[in-house]
Amino acid sequence: MSKKDRMSGNEAVAYAIRQINPDVMPAFPITPSTEIPQLVSTYIANGEMDTEFIPVESEHSSMSATVGAEAAGARSLTATSSCGLALMWEELLIAASNRMPCALALVNRTLSGPININCDHSDGMGARDTGWIQIYAETNQEAYDNFIQAYPIAEDKRVHLPIMICQDGFITSHAVQNIELNEDQDVKDFVGEYNPEEYLLNTGNPIAIGPYSISNYAMEARKAQEMAMENSKEVIIEVAKKYKEKFGRGFELFEEYRTADADYIMLIMGSAAGTAKQAVDDLREKGYKVGVLKLRVFRPFPADEIAKALSNCKAVAIMERTESYNGHGGPLASEVRAGLFENGINIKAVCYTYGLAGRDFTVEHVYSIFDELKDVDLNNKKVKQHRYINLRTKEEN
Amino acid sequence: MNSHGIEIRWHGRGGQGAKTAALLLADVCFKTGAYVQGFPEYGPERMGAPITAFNRISDKEIRVHSNIYTPDLVVVVDETLLDSVDVTAGLKEDGAIIINTPKSVEEIIPSLKGYKGKVFTIDARKISVEALGKYFPNSPMLAAAVAVSKVMEEHEFINEMKASYEHKFAKKPEVIEGNMKALTMTFDALRDSL
Repeated sequence: MSKKDRMSGNEAVAYAIRQINPDVMPAFPITPSTEIPQLVSTYIANGEMDTEFIPVESEHSSMSATVGAEAAGARSLTATSSCGLALMWEELLIAASNRMPCALALVNRTLSGPININCDHSDGMGARDTGWIQIYAETNQEAYDNFIQAYPIAEDKRVHLPIMICQDGFITSHAVQNIELNEDQDVKDFVGEYNPEEYLLNTGNPIAIGPYSISNYAMEARKAQEMAMENSKEVIIEVAKKYKEKFGRGFELFEEYRTADADYIMLIMGSAAGTAKQAVDDLREKGYKVGVLKLRVFRPFPADEIAKALSNCKAVAIMERTESYNGHGGPLASEVRAGLFENGINIKAVCYTYGLAGRDFTVEHVYSIFDELKDVDLNNKKVKQHRYINLRTKEEN
Repeated sequence: MNSHGIEIRWHGRGGQGAKTAALLLADVCFKTGAYVQGFPEYGPERMGAPITAFNRISDKEIRVHSNIYTPDLVVVVDETLLDSVDVTAGLKEDGAIIINTPKSVEEIIPSLKGYKGKVFTIDARKISVEALGKYFPNSPMLAAAVAVSKVMEEHEFINEMKASYEHKFAKKPEVIEGNMKALTMTFDALRDSL
């Protein structure tokens, strides 16, 4: 059974957290994620859940306390955005290397500067090599569904890694839209009780967490962590299947929208994927063979699966909502192109940076990108392999 | 109407409730079974600064997440914005604009940069002060948006809003009647011009 409702992305994630009722939530407010701890603490004050909420003095502390609580054997989480995530940097790596299956509700917002509160993916992408699983959402619905899948993925014995559930700041977090909510008991049954195998408060089996490791062992620990990230891929798929069986809404590592016969594909993550799908429908009506590959799971990166999904198209636009300052695109472009190369697939792949610091991205932008891909393919139009969309000034391409 | 349904753009000043009105409109349309979207555009948020909020209302799932550039309806919650914000930008010629002002339609038209579509004025201050004793323009402007856009029938809207206010103001029941009065007064004021 599900209930039709309408809420913002922040409300949806807070609702999921209430249904899961984790043990500990330390948090420090930062726009646009502030509503999540605010709503959770309201649920707690109203007696609708009994999570231990810890108001801390910074994000450095919120992630430290999350790691501490998780190490003690408590199911833990926090929420943040932007500079808050940046301030957690050290602890993000500690959470992952100590194999803490804690969760983080990330509401994507740009990193400074210029200082700005709006959406892009520079916070999440900046943390891409910290060892966290990262799942991105197109809608409030997906943010909700992904959050309910977070602990079953993270706590699986084959994984034991922290997980970041991401949604676009303001665009998703503050927009009220329709949503289907699961029954409380069904969510509790799906997520289950947390029974950590080893934890600090288990006096019968004392362990150390986070000790110094000499060079003779540290590299093996990293390799084990890397293997856990590889393992997480099959677990993410398994959990998504179970979720679909129970709740009816299905997920994969990525969604292929009208790509089966597509000549040109837009690869995109987050809320802008919805805009791209609408544009694809509009263009299909005019006879364009175009499609969207919406990436859901960024870590682990499904490089081979993406390469296979792109193998029959003629050109791909890789949409980047961050900047790597490396001179030729962002992290998505680098990783997609590496996957294509490794799999011997030689298609044109243009990287477009869009939507930085909340810059709008419309169906018209999608039309123009597909037009350009067509030009690149059919007329051998030479374009720079990394371009910006919707700049105020005309870009020198 | 297009494939994205009805698109509405709200112009207000921070603190006047334009964002709240957009979210309330999404809320009330949801209750009649529509697909809805209500969202604000955040700039440097501060009291009095111009803000924009948006609604998409459709009988199909709404997937577009961009701002609205060619609205079917524009609602101006603060008349003084007409000097500084291009409120009719992209507004469809077969669409409409509603302005909160004591002025008549004829008096306000010269401020609309030659907009050819339908123009409505509503004195939300007068209605709000009479109904609530205070100036909260969002209830009258919400009613005006529903009356002009016809996203739902008047009685349907009134019934849903009553339930919504009873829930929202469960701890302040004294404001429910005034807010309901503001809604019906707005419909009455616009009835002859619709």
